Amino acid sequence: MSKYLIDKFLYTVDRDPDLVERYRSAPGELVAWWEAERANTVLNCMTGESSTWLRFTDDERQALIDHDHVRLFELGAHPFLTLTLFIAMFERDNKEPLEYQKAFGARLAHFDLPYPDIAT
Amino acid sequence: MASIVAVIASTHHPFYYRATTATGEDRPPFADEWERKILAFRETLTRANPDVLVMVGSDHFHQLWLDNMPQFLVGKAPFYDANWYNEEREFGLPRMLLQGQEDLSAHILRNGLDEGFDLAFSNELRIDHSITCPIITLRPEADLPIVPIYTNIFAPPLPQPSRFVKLGESIRRIVEQWPSHLRVAIIGTGHLSLELGGPRQFGPHGPDPEFDRRAVEWIASGDLDNCLREVTLDSLHSPGNATHGFMDFMLMMGVAGAGAKADHVDTLDLFHTMEAYFTWYPSGAPA
Repeated sequence: MSKYLIDKFLYTVDRDPDLVERYRSAPGELVAWWEAERANTVLNCMTGESSTWLRFTDDERQALIDHDHVRLFELGAHPFLTLTLFIAMFERDNKEPLEYQKAFGARLAHFDLPYPDIAT
Repeated sequence: MASIVAVIASTHHPFYYRATTATGEDRPPFADEWERKILAFRETLTRANPDVLVMVGSDHFHQLWLDNMPQFLVGKAPFYDANWYNEEREFGLPRMLLQGQEDLSAHILRNGLDEGFDLAFSNELRIDHSITCPIITLRPEADLPIVPIYTNIFAPPLPQPSRFVKLGESIRRIVEQWPSHLRVAIIGTGHLSLELGGPRQFGPHGPDPEFDRRAVEWIASGDLDNCLREVTLDSLHSPGNATHGFMDFMLMMGVAGAGAKADHVDTLDLFHTMEAYFTWYPSGAPA
């Protein structure tokens, strides 16, 4: 499990407008680039002082490539991070207010309490 | 010594700014009532005539991250830039610059450590909507110096609810012992029941109106006994997956004191969440 790395992906993409657009339009390319170039960056350290061990499992990588927020929820990704980034990518397609937000919730309707554990 | 002229607890709804600055067809139908309630709430702070604001909130994965996550953090800086790109993007929040009150920050840090809270600190803190929302609602001039205090209600493992209450009690005592003539208001924001990124989000009401009703009663009457009996880290999952933000309300109940009845109580039932506003006057209501 690399819940931390999924959260790190969502967090670092969400705060960069260019990465948000790349993730929306070319998710496979963006996820591969991010895992190769950014996954091991310690966020407040210089390059050359990176981590050496972080990588996605195949399942996690595929969920990110597929924009599969339901699977991300199941894997224990932090739901605030997922929601914020996915709103950034897809709210613009709304035909009425909150359409995407409501559909996002409806796609998770089969989850009962307790939800998947988000502790990292 | 400093005087605590108001204690205020509030929800921090990031849509307020956009809803109430919108005009014409863009203005949502609930905006007028919301603005009326906020103007009445704002008056409770204005009447107290504060010089300094202690602001309790929670970073929403902006500056604080899982590689280095503090449980409780006090800002100590001459200035705080505020609001983030993703808050501009999603909520239309403006960039802001707030002045800091470093003497009070230092006093809270020193005495908090001595009272048994291993407080983290930050000398360069960019604050987010958990603190700027109450600035926008309660003091839109943003002209008073602040001391920001962040709590972790977001990234488990979290401190126990009782720890939030105790920290609130300590903050009250520590501010009262600040050797200063200044008038301090302590303002904290959290949530009632709330779901974010889960199946119960963005419903016609908050995800658990019954929890909200009981929570408002606990806060308004200062009923820490029942609140602490019923609220646990586990129980807070049930009203909604982001309801751990209620622990910042519990912190503010600690500041107000057990049994302290709020002098101002108001709520607004919105889609997605219940808004709630509370003011206490520890030194008596201002004339």
